[in-house]
Amino acid sequence: MESGYSRVDVQEIHPQLLDLIPKERNWFVKRGDDHDHIEGRSRRSHGNGDENTLELRLGPPCVEDWSPRSYKSVTKASVPVPNTSQKRSAPAPVVGWPPIRSFRKNIATSSSKAAPPSDSENVVVSDNDVKREKKMESCQKGFFVKINMNGVPIGRKVDLNAYDSYQKLSTAVDELFRGLLAAQKDTSGNQEQEKAITGLLDGSGEYTLVYEDNEGDRMLVGDVPWHMFVSTVKRLRVIKSSEISNICLGSKQAKIQL
Amino acid sequence: MKLLQQSMDPNQKRAKAVDRVDSVDTGVASFDSTRMCPFPDEVLERVLSLIDSHKDRSSVSLVCKDWYNAERWSRRHVFIGNCYSVSPEIVAARFPRIRSVTLKGKPRFSDFNLVPEYWGADVHPWLSVFATAYPFLEELRLKRMAVSDESLEFLATNFQGFKALSLLSCDGFSTDGLKAIATHCKNLTELDIHENGMDDLGGHWLNCFPESLTTLQVLNFASLNSEVSFESLEKLISRNKSLRVLKVNRNISLDQLQKLLLQAPQLSELGTGTFMQELISCPITDLKTTFSNCKNLVTISGLWDATSLYLPVIYPACVNLTFLNLSYATLRSGELSNLLQHCKSLRRLWLLDTVGDKGLEAVGAHCPLLEELRVFPADPFDQEVFLGVTESGFVSVSEGCPKLRYVLYFCRQMTNAAVATIARNCPDFTHFRLCIMNPGQPDYLTKQPMDEAFGSIVKTCPNLQRLAVSGQLTDRTFEYIGKYSKKLETLSVAFAGSSDLGMEYVLGGCPKLRKLEIRDCPFGNGALLSGLTKYESMRSLWMSACNVTMNGCKVLAKERPRLNVEVMKDEGGDGSEAHKVYVYRTVAGPRRDAPPFVLTL
Repeated sequence: MESGYSRVDVQEIHPQLLDLIPKERNWFVKRGDDHDHIEGRSRRSHGNGDENTLELRLGPPCVEDWSPRSYKSVTKASVPVPNTSQKRSAPAPVVGWPPIRSFRKNIATSSSKAAPPSDSENVVVSDNDVKREKKMESCQKGFFVKINMNGVPIGRKVDLNAYDSYQKLSTAVDELFRGLLAAQKDTSGNQEQEKAITGLLDGSGEYTLVYEDNEGDRMLVGDVPWHMFVSTVKRLRVIKSSEISNICLGSKQAKIQL
Repeated sequence: MKLLQQSMDPNQKRAKAVDRVDSVDTGVASFDSTRMCPFPDEVLERVLSLIDSHKDRSSVSLVCKDWYNAERWSRRHVFIGNCYSVSPEIVAARFPRIRSVTLKGKPRFSDFNLVPEYWGADVHPWLSVFATAYPFLEELRLKRMAVSDESLEFLATNFQGFKALSLLSCDGFSTDGLKAIATHCKNLTELDIHENGMDDLGGHWLNCFPESLTTLQVLNFASLNSEVSFESLEKLISRNKSLRVLKVNRNISLDQLQKLLLQAPQLSELGTGTFMQELISCPITDLKTTFSNCKNLVTISGLWDATSLYLPVIYPACVNLTFLNLSYATLRSGELSNLLQHCKSLRRLWLLDTVGDKGLEAVGAHCPLLEELRVFPADPFDQEVFLGVTESGFVSVSEGCPKLRYVLYFCRQMTNAAVATIARNCPDFTHFRLCIMNPGQPDYLTKQPMDEAFGSIVKTCPNLQRLAVSGQLTDRTFEYIGKYSKKLETLSVAFAGSSDLGMEYVLGGCPKLRKLEIRDCPFGNGALLSGLTKYESMRSLWMSACNVTMNGCKVLAKERPRLNVEVMKDEGGDGSEAHKVYVYRTVAGPRRDAPPFVLTL
């Protein structure tokens, strides 16, 4: 998911903030319409909102003699809240707990190769740039979607968690397909110049990026906030910009395979 | 002499000599006319120069003034466990001939984001003083210090003979700083960059090593993420024949690793890159042969993405391995078991909990010489995937590995009975760090607190130096700790205890306690102040999210002027709570570089 959602990132910026929301992607998908609202809430306030969908507890039931004072100071940093809807009790994330260094988080789910060097997500905030988000190891589950390009018989897969903006995705698409496209066009056996694939997002280029969402609809990439896009996209396609008018005109009859 | 008298105080006996400089005038070498030593200074210095251990050197410096002076002139390496306990000026004044410095900064909980950014521990003031005092400085090892690119550049350009740089858990620099080091340090033997909060702007720094550099012995860039130029790396490796430690990052493929190992069969420690590749250009047997030609290999790490497909290539090297770090490889029990059958000499093993209890059974079965085991959670925040390891895996290891001394174990369930068994099986524990990941969780079978578990550890293991507790714990745990652990030096406590008594038990016992770090416990001012006489014999105390107030801290600060009592201001709160307290002994007085949110009382 986009960095705004990552609890790890937010905690590293605001170590005092408590995040009571369990770390499941499903949670965001369920609340399809409320993405902006939720994102805003999770960024601004943690645990202070009116909608306390989670029940705050004092801590494990057997602990004795916790004075009210201690409870107050404890909730600031950490209260384990079992989420009863899950099979096993999954405590809400607590700042700095379990005591694992960031380098070890989510090793099981980080993708096998690091993102291309030009798009290194594993950048830590420097002294100069407080606002930039800290990401040590890639801390998201890999979210791979298929991407096909008109005129290229072989598709690719792209990890949407490796990017946090449409621009970066667009650059990645260029990198993925530039060579393949050139190879396709080259019928004479000569080394043809690889042409950059640009203008994917604004209709200015030869190609345009579209996607199929979770409702099966074909959509132009770029309308909605990035995180919303990531939560609804099922697969991507790079089509010729000229094709778009064809799709619009003859769509009801023609079944264009995505 | 005052110095000797001080040494009689039992609480101060073990204090590092550097930290106790205050009463001795370091700059003035005023000798008594009656000498206590029958032989000249030069001889004494020569003899003392053979002593390496800091503790021994501290003892030596307490014998008499002559020995104190001889020690300070002969010392080449200084270890400073808390950069704020002393100032660089004091160090430079006392030790004129230092070639190697180890410096530690932030409190350990900063590793888990409990210390705000810009807290301090800037290395630059130290470098400024060292540039004048120790222009021939050769080695610098930093842990949890704030290091900027400017500092690295300053280091690279002001110390002509600089040889070895190690940065562990530091932050504030980028690969640009590494460029400076690579470019200017003509005699570099060691560059060890490990798990830092740094900006990785690309792998170009590696290209900055000059063609003329042939002295490299240690190169570790495993935790950097950007790709380096393989061509540069290969050339660097091939001309540095003394290289004994090489740890590359994940971007180095198996093919590339093969080429590197052909150039450097003399390696004793290897950190591989990724161990998965769809198609490798050489047959697997070639890789295996290459590994078998590395006769000196004793440590292997890295192994990202390793599976049973390529893991067997390291089997020939496993017979001599003493340290195997699999904590980045998501192995399952079968893969681990097959691997460990070849690793009979293993002393240290780091794993991910993906191996499960079954994998740990294999550890117990195949590694009888094991002394250290660390099991990390692959997915600490998401339980859906895998239960990880349980008490049963730990017990299996203890049964097969009676020589276990160091354990770090992350699990989601534990029982008192299991820990008691483990303690009986492995009485030699020196480091016991058990993390039951759900805070305050009791024995999952009996629902009792985990008091008896830690009780059995401290009662059965007389050599225990370091202890980290977890699970639901009452004051009884701390009663046990205070009463039985005579050699305990470091104690980490979280979400535990019932009242002030808990902390009081510890402070009242544990004669060798040096570092105490506590978070989210119901210990208040009474507990804090019960350690009034003890803190000066310790390196530091950390308390966060406890019941301590500003008033309590003020009392402590007033009673003990030689401690720095620092409170980190919290964003919310009414100002009377002391949300984060860091107390440490110092001869340097209050910090002069404290940021606005750190109050020194």
